[in-house]
Amino acid sequence: MVTVKWRPGLSGWQREPLSEMNRLRREMDRIWDSLSGTRRSGSISGAGVFPPLNVSEDVENVYVRAELPGVAAEDMEITTKDNNLVIKGERKIPTEGENVSYHRRERESGSFRRIISLPTQVDNEGVSAVCRNGVLTVTLPKAAKVKPRQVEVKSD
Amino acid sequence: MSDKELQVRGKQEAPADREQTRPGPVFMPAVDIFESGDVITLLADVPGVSSDRINIDVREDQLTITAEIDPQKSEEERYLLHEYETGMYQRAFSLSDRVDQSKISATMKDGVLRLDLPKAEKAKPRRIEVKTD
Repeated sequence: MVTVKWRPGLSGWQREPLSEMNRLRREMDRIWDSLSGTRRSGSISGAGVFPPLNVSEDVENVYVRAELPGVAAEDMEITTKDNNLVIKGERKIPTEGENVSYHRRERESGSFRRIISLPTQVDNEGVSAVCRNGVLTVTLPKAAKVKPRQVEVKSD
Repeated sequence: MSDKELQVRGKQEAPADREQTRPGPVFMPAVDIFESGDVITLLADVPGVSSDRINIDVREDQLTITAEIDPQKSEEERYLLHEYETGMYQRAFSLSDRVDQSKISATMKDGVLRLDLPKAEKAKPRRIEVKTD
């Protein structure tokens, strides 16, 4: 008997940019992940600690990003120690005066603290952090000894 | 520091009621909506959106917010950990009161949109005097 694996990526659907199909697939992935307890990249769950982080690297740096809308830069504290990065802060939602009646209240205030161990050694001195439009980006330069070094070949 | 700790809440995907020109997820921003006197105020969390890429549309009693994001990560970067997705934002509301479109003001700060929607004259509550003969 020949079994054909169901792979949506290879079927005819891929030719059409059906966003609804993609959305459904992501939703299915998420349900599947929550049942099987596994985690794949791209799923939303993560470590379950606020804020969710995206960590990426290029040749020079490691980048840690978090979406922190409404958190002022002065309410954030970023520290590096050994090979750990600590992001902590508080999201304040100012009260809107008296005589205000709410229709919806979905945004939450509170404090957060997250520690992440970095995948490579970084140069603690050169770490910089920028918050732009509510997205925090921490740039951590890789330590010189873990950076790839091109060795020039000399001819006699 | 407040005692309350923030919890992770997955981004809510918007119902796909219309097709997007660009593929990718569309998220529903979390909002606060409140009214005080003559103004309805809406606050929406739209991290990653710069003020020139947000579109606010008010017609009749329908308010639609659409926002595009700039990519956070450059092409050369490789993901090591991917806990949240990014995509455009969209959310629509029906307004209970008529809004004076000429007086809407919108501001963006730290990834939060603030919309002040002043009620139109006729929508303002009027106290009706009961006369006695």
